[in-house]
Amino acid sequence: MSDWIEVGSVEDIPKLGARVVKTAEGDIGIFRTSDDKIFALRDSCPHEGGPLSQGIVHGDKVTCPLHSWNIELATGEAVAPDEGCAATYPVKVESGKVFLSLSSN
Amino acid sequence: MKEKLVLIGNGMAGVRTLEELLKLDPAMYDITVFGEEPYGNYNRILLSPVLAGEKTIDDIMLNDLQWYADNGITLHTNEKVVKIDRRARKLITDTGREERYDRLLLATGSHPIILPVPGNDLDGVISFRDIKDVDSMLTAAKNHKHAVVIGGGLLGLEAANGLKLQGMHVSVVHLMDTLMERQMDPVSGDMLKQSLEERGLNFLMGASTEAVLGDGQVKGVRFKGGLEVAADLVVMAVGIRPNIDLAKAAGLHCERGVAVNDTLQTFDPRIYAVGECVQHRGQTYGLVAPLFEQAKVAANHLAKMGIARYEGSITSTKLKVTGIDLFSAGDFMGDDNSEEIVMQDAARGIYKKIVLRDNKILGSVLYGDTADGAWYFQLMRDGTDVSEIRGSLLLGQHHLGDAGHGGTNLAASMADDAEVCGCNGVSKGDIVTAITQEGLFTLDEVRSHTKASASCGSCTGLVEQILAHTLGSDYSEAPSAKPLCKCTGHTHDEVRAAIKAQKLTRIHQVIETLGWQTPDGCAACRPALNYYLIAAWPGEAQDDPQSRFINERAHANIQKDGTYSVVPRMWGGLTNPKELRAIADVVDKFKVPEMKVTGGQRIDLFGIKKEDLPAVWADLNAAGMVSGHAYGKSLRTVKTCVGKTWCRFGTQDSTGLGVKLEQLTWGSWMPHKFKIAVSGCPRNCAEATIKDFGVVCVDSGYELHVGGNGGITVRVTDLLGKVETEQEVMEYCAAFTQLYREEGHYLERTAPWVERVGLSHIQQNVIESDENRKALAERFAESQKYAQIDPWAEYAGQADLRKEFEPLKQIG
Repeated sequence: MSDWIEVGSVEDIPKLGARVVKTAEGDIGIFRTSDDKIFALRDSCPHEGGPLSQGIVHGDKVTCPLHSWNIELATGEAVAPDEGCAATYPVKVESGKVFLSLSSN
Repeated sequence: MKEKLVLIGNGMAGVRTLEELLKLDPAMYDITVFGEEPYGNYNRILLSPVLAGEKTIDDIMLNDLQWYADNGITLHTNEKVVKIDRRARKLITDTGREERYDRLLLATGSHPIILPVPGNDLDGVISFRDIKDVDSMLTAAKNHKHAVVIGGGLLGLEAANGLKLQGMHVSVVHLMDTLMERQMDPVSGDMLKQSLEERGLNFLMGASTEAVLGDGQVKGVRFKGGLEVAADLVVMAVGIRPNIDLAKAAGLHCERGVAVNDTLQTFDPRIYAVGECVQHRGQTYGLVAPLFEQAKVAANHLAKMGIARYEGSITSTKLKVTGIDLFSAGDFMGDDNSEEIVMQDAARGIYKKIVLRDNKILGSVLYGDTADGAWYFQLMRDGTDVSEIRGSLLLGQHHLGDAGHGGTNLAASMADDAEVCGCNGVSKGDIVTAITQEGLFTLDEVRSHTKASASCGSCTGLVEQILAHTLGSDYSEAPSAKPLCKCTGHTHDEVRAAIKAQKLTRIHQVIETLGWQTPDGCAACRPALNYYLIAAWPGEAQDDPQSRFINERAHANIQKDGTYSVVPRMWGGLTNPKELRAIADVVDKFKVPEMKVTGGQRIDLFGIKKEDLPAVWADLNAAGMVSGHAYGKSLRTVKTCVGKTWCRFGTQDSTGLGVKLEQLTWGSWMPHKFKIAVSGCPRNCAEATIKDFGVVCVDSGYELHVGGNGGITVRVTDLLGKVETEQEVMEYCAAFTQLYREEGHYLERTAPWVERVGLSHIQQNVIESDENRKALAERFAESQKYAQIDPWAEYAGQADLRKEFEPLKQIG
């Protein structure tokens, strides 16, 4: 994979929060957990398209602000019994910088 | 190697404990289960509908054999554990198998009591306990005619009803003069007997069984006094006793049941026990709700979380005989120190009795119309003071001025396609299907599977009734004190007390100190904790934006398309050309697609992009306007009418007072949204009597009204009191607001809060005690020092706060 794009530093994203990367194909939410894991998800809830980046992050999940679906950050899967999946994107951290790949998993 | 957990008893309590444990930690133990019956785990409380031909065995299976395989659990069916060797930590079964354990869970259930009379071992004498008994009864019903059921309790009557429906001629024999005397008083017991007689059952009351007659096969029953009744089948349903044989033989301390502490641990710390075999604080339980509460606690300790406590259960009873509605709970007989409220309508077959002491419900019996059973039960468990609603208590919850679709009680009579949850479009049929097919037992489970009552929550009561009705059971939802959320066993009040007592000022401190089960809470508890910290320690607690719902973080309301709406504050609803021009300019400049006047007399601007919010605020700020907090769990607006300045009926300056009240209360964070209104005369054009705090001006002063709500469940305010000056209105308003801020549970509006704590409690603090009122008002003023900061101005001044609104990066 050679298409890593630097999008900012870990410190730019609040702990238990998210920031948005705008792309031609739509917004991508970059999430940071309390233990500084970074995840990237298409910023659209599989339920009714709510902006997941605006939700409350807890553990490795985010709760959608529109109807409170819980989405697993690692897989984009809705927590059962809800069903659906938000696309995930490869993301990595090197020396405090966050790199994103736009080739959706 | 994993530790080994062995469960003895493959029934509802034990398997439920395993399910709870697997939820907490699916991989902690290597689990083995021993069950004497040849099946997986089935729903024993639904054996009656199976006998009545309303359900099949497949319908009532909760965990089939595949479930055990899927979860890596070894199940030995048809195998009885005969000995526990505690020293060697192993057990021995009737096949000679030896099994070692690290932890042992006893869920051996109970034995049916067999009367010690001659002939009790004849063929055709059975109990009513398991699938085998039901099979025997169904077979007997095909080949024989006469059945005698000994025992006029819950189980006996359900058995008798089932056998009757299977075509047998049934006599019920009862030692006492009242049927189900442990659940019914004599009046309701007689009504029940009468309606069962109309269905063709015969009763022998006050009859003591002397012998079962027959020669190999049962032929009849003889009673004291010599009366004999013919019988091809005798069902003994005189009660159950905890099955403690195994535990006793192993030297575990037993009384009536296996003695356990609040963690469901027996006297041997490696051995836990749950279910009907258990005796906890002197009580044994035979109903499913307490067993499930125990299961949850036992699982928590088996998973080594070690925070949950079982503190006993209050139970209620419902008879599972289709067409007969009967409910009882608590102490329904009363004594010299209690009072009774009774309603009896023999023609309609309705009887309701509520026993009260000190204005609290001690118990209730309902016959014929049990729709409000769940409500009375809730009032009883919560210890609610019912003095205010006593006059209409027997008429039911929907007589409490509830014009919405709140707790109207229609579960039984509703059509399957009738909509229950208006928010999520869930019908009664959807809920019933989910309950039966997915094997759901709790409100939480129904919520997560169907979404019913998961949004606004107004249909919660109805969903609970459908649950109870579908399970057809003595099952009642929810432990006596509900935990704050799934992350903790602590209640709202316990958490608040700990924050105060231990001076906790950060969310992570609460989570660590109180042993949350999740590392950083969830979307339900974090906003609650954030509020409780700010309310307890204004100025010292640190506000955590990441624990606030997006609306409070972005100071605007998120809309379905991800854009936001913005409402500038207009004090008391007053505005002027300068403000209106500034608003119009913002609309033009940012191409705001829609403007609307809100119900609270303010102007709402819709469709604003998140990244534009700071610039929109800056423009409005420049015209002297601040955030309207139309998005927050906070003061929303003070709605006013024009008052005596213009109105020919006005008695006071309602607009001016509204402006002052809004200046007093704006910016304060609350458990939920909070609305105020001031009307200039009793015509009440500002609708002050459906607000959280409403002022109705009269010629002689100001009436103060509290706890109103115009939302899901319309509730008219209670009159708090009357004062003479504007200054007093301000002080009483501050004191009332602060009391709510300190006592309301997060997301509890003033309406349910007032009902929960009682108006008299509020009057004692805000009206009767000058000292308390002044102290409350002072604490409110202190907290307002830190709260009355316009978030728009604050964001404009701080670059790092604005980051929230900017994209991290733009690609392409």
